[in-house]
Parts: sequence; structure tokens; C-alpha cells
Amino acid sequence: MEAILFYLTATVAIISAIFVTQCRNPVNSALNLITTFLCLAVFYIMLESPFMAAIQIMVYAGAIMVLIVFVIMLLNLGLAVKSRYTHGVPAAGILAALVLFVVNYFIRAGEATGTGGNITSEVITSYGHTELIGRAMFVDFLLPFEIASILLLVAIVGAVVLSKREV
Amino acid sequence: MVMTPEVLTLSETPWLFTGVMLGKIIVAFVATLLIVAYATYAERKIIGRMQTRMGPNMTGPKGLLQPIADGLKLFFKEDIIPSQSHWFAFILAPMMILAPAFVSIAVVPFGGDLQFTYDGTLYAVPMQITDLNIGLLFIVAMAGLGVYGIVLAGLASNSKYALLGGIRSTAQMISYELAVGLSVVAIFMLSETLSLRGIVAVQQLPLWGSDSLSFLPNWYIFTQPLAFCLFVVGSMAEINRTPFDLPEAETELVSGFCTEYSAMKYALFFMAEYANMITVSAVTTTLFLGGWGGPFWGWINFLIKVFAFMFFFIWIRATFPRLRYDQLMYLGWKIMLPLALVNIVITGIAILLW
Repeated sequence: MEAILFYLTATVAIISAIFVTQCRNPVNSALNLITTFLCLAVFYIMLESPFMAAIQIMVYAGAIMVLIVFVIMLLNLGLAVKSRYTHGVPAAGILAALVLFVVNYFIRAGEATGTGGNITSEVITSYGHTELIGRAMFVDFLLPFEIASILLLVAIVGAVVLSKREV
Repeated sequence: MVMTPEVLTLSETPWLFTGVMLGKIIVAFVATLLIVAYATYAERKIIGRMQTRMGPNMTGPKGLLQPIADGLKLFFKEDIIPSQSHWFAFILAPMMILAPAFVSIAVVPFGGDLQFTYDGTLYAVPMQITDLNIGLLFIVAMAGLGVYGIVLAGLASNSKYALLGGIRSTAQMISYELAVGLSVVAIFMLSETLSLRGIVAVQQLPLWGSDSLSFLPNWYIFTQPLAFCLFVVGSMAEINRTPFDLPEAETELVSGFCTEYSAMKYALFFMAEYANMITVSAVTTTLFLGGWGGPFWGWINFLIKVFAFMFFFIWIRATFPRLRYDQLMYLGWKIMLPLALVNIVITGIAILLW
């Protein structure tokens, strides 16, 4: 049952991901990307992390994609936009394949592979998934979390400085 | 003889479980549709009375058949798709605005447990379609998806007014989503659960856990009045009700994002607006007013509170003029967002002290 659901969702995710790159109209590409994000949320639910699924929908589908559609709307990108950007396609393909190999290597070399970790289904049902993520982020990995938030703060300040001529 | 009720599960009684779930979904869906239909009637009638008019009174006794007549009229009108529009997104937009509005109802608890006996066993069924343990995040996520309907409608219509309405609405919804999301964080900090059922259960204890105040329930409106105000105002902005209805400002934008729509597609936008109003009323009731708790039986309390909120929204519409666009952004980013953050800090300090 779960395997059937997984393969169905995976098929939808891959087909919509292909359409993201193949659609001539940027609006259709954006819609397909939203479908891909929703499929990823389904995967998170199957991995017993409903909190991640909700965050995936809220942040990626609900905020980032809205901004992308917003930009498409403001710039009024027409159908011709795709034909102008063809020179980088082979390089991007090679780069993506290389990244895939490297990531694959790191996953297999590290300790994150398999189901032998200490976060099992029993732990998730007894503590609750949201509590586990909260503890991991704000207790165990507080320093990386703060570093990431300072990085985002710098980006925000940079955006304000760039857009505002007279500070 | 007192029996402890069994909880229905899919693995033990699959057919009964499926039947009960389908029943709950159908009841909730039909009830929401009925309330949507008669919310339009109530709005016209109440606003009419507030403006010393009659409101609809010709179709049926006291105009009660007016929503049905409107629905039939819109079903049989010609469905126009503009030739210059982006037809796929144009058809998709009304669906994408209506679906999240209805899906959000699924996690709202509208009553306590319903007990019934089947095959000699007593079962308890919660009066809620499903109790997700991330309930409220689900509603916030669905509210975020609701933006797409308006954005796509504005973009696909290929019309200046619709585009302006779509752009306004995107900016507005993204801004107010933050304030709404942050205002409910204080609730999570107090209730220590994200499940809406759990939040209602916490609110049925006596106020602040003290026995001298036991005549008052522990509703979060008493503990978190600031979060309540922020949530109601922010939600009003998110569902585009007056005074925040800039996306469809009639005096400036004809009809905003739904200018090019006709027939049932146009009606779907309005159904979505009223469905959103119901959802927001139901969620506010659940979060701040103790859900189904109260003097009467279960879901009747819940409905009374929801209808009171809907009356409040209609009342606001008859009372306040529309905000200007810069005032809207100023209110969202410079007043409501800092207030929500301050509220979180104060709540944190209070939890640490007591």
C-alpha cells in the first residue's frame, strides 16, 4: 500500500519536474514546480515527519513560489524568454550530474545511511515529531542554527542597502 | 454498565472506519456549503438592515430562497474565457482558491466525542474529520496555498485590472501571513501542542489553573488578548474582507482579480471568500474561545461562536472604509509584526516566571 503510494507520488513528482524545465510558458513551469513541492510534502509525511511536510508547504509552496510567480507577473515574461537562454544548458547538465555523484558518495560514506539511527518510529510516536525537531534545533545544534540565521540577516540587510539608494 | 469506548481504527474495523469517516466528511462538507450559501444571504440582509434598506425579500418567504436562485442563475450563465487569456491557469484559478478554503475545515474540531454501539462494542468517534498533530500548521499552510488562486486569476486574465488586483493581493497576503503565524506561536507556547483538539482540551480547564477563578474557562482570549486581536485583524486581511479588500477594490479596479470571470467561475471566487470566512471564524473559535466548550451541547456552542464571528465580520464590513495601500503595508509590517514578536517575548518571560 505504502509502496504503491510512494511510486505514484514519485511519478507525479518526476513528471512535473520534467515539465518545469520543458514548458514554454513560465507560468506553467511555476505551477509544475508547485506540484513537485507538494509531492515532496507527501514524501515527508510518509517518512513520519508531518512537521517538515507542513513547513515544506508553508515555506516553499506558500512563500517562495508565490514570490517567483510574483516576479513572473511583474516582469511579464513572455513565451520568448526560453529561447534566449540556451547556451548554459549542457554545462548545467554536467554540473548537476557531478553534484549528484558527489552527494551520493557522501551519503554512502557517512553515518546517515540506513535505518540504524536512534530516531525510530517508536521515539517519534512517544515524543512527537515537532518536539524532536525543536530539541535538535534549539538544544543540540544551536550554534549552526544561529549561524544560519545571522547569514539570513546579513542577506536581508544587504537587500535593504542595495534597494535603498540613500541610507 | 459502564464500558470504556473503543477508538475506531482502520486496521481493526476497516469498513466501519471508512463508513464513519465518509459520513463525517459528507456532513462537514454539506454543512459548510449550506453555511456558505446562507452567509451570502445573511450578509446582504444584515448590511441592508444596517444601511436602513430591506435586503433581499422577494424570492421565497423573507427572501430565504435568494441564495438558491442566485446559484441557479450563475450555473446557467454563459461561461466566457477571454481569447487573450492563459486558458489553463484561467480555469485552474477558481479551483485553486476554493479547494484550500474547504480543506482547512478538515482539522477543526466541532464537538466532543460521539459514542455509539455497533456489534456489541461501544465506539467513540471524535467530531472532527481528522486530528492531525500539526493541525494548526496545516491550516496556515492551506491559507498560504489559497494565494495561488488570486495570483493565477490575476495573471491568467491578461487584463490590467486583474493583474493589479493579483499583485496587491500577493503582497497583502504574504505580509499578513507573517503576523498571523507569529501571533499563534504564543498559543503553542502555552498549550504545548499543535493539535487543535489538544488546544481545545487545554482550554476546558479553569482559568490559569486556579480554583478561585473556576467559574471562567481557560480560554486563550483571557490569557492572550493581544494575540487574539492580531489574529482576527490579520485573518481579516488574509481573506480579503473589508476593510482589507484592496485586491477587489471596486472603486479603483472594477472588480480586481475576478474582473474577467463570469458564470460559475465567478461564483467560485465568492464561495471561496465565504468559505474562508467560515474557516477563519472556526479557527479563531477553536484557538481563543475554547472550541466546543460552553453551556450548551457540544457542536451547538461551536456553531454559536462561529456565527457570532461571522456576524462580527459582516458588521465590520458595514462599518469601516477601505484602507489605502500604503496604510495596509504600514499596518502589517510596522505595527502588527513587531507586536506579534513582542507578544512572543512577553509570553516566554511569563512562562519562565510562573
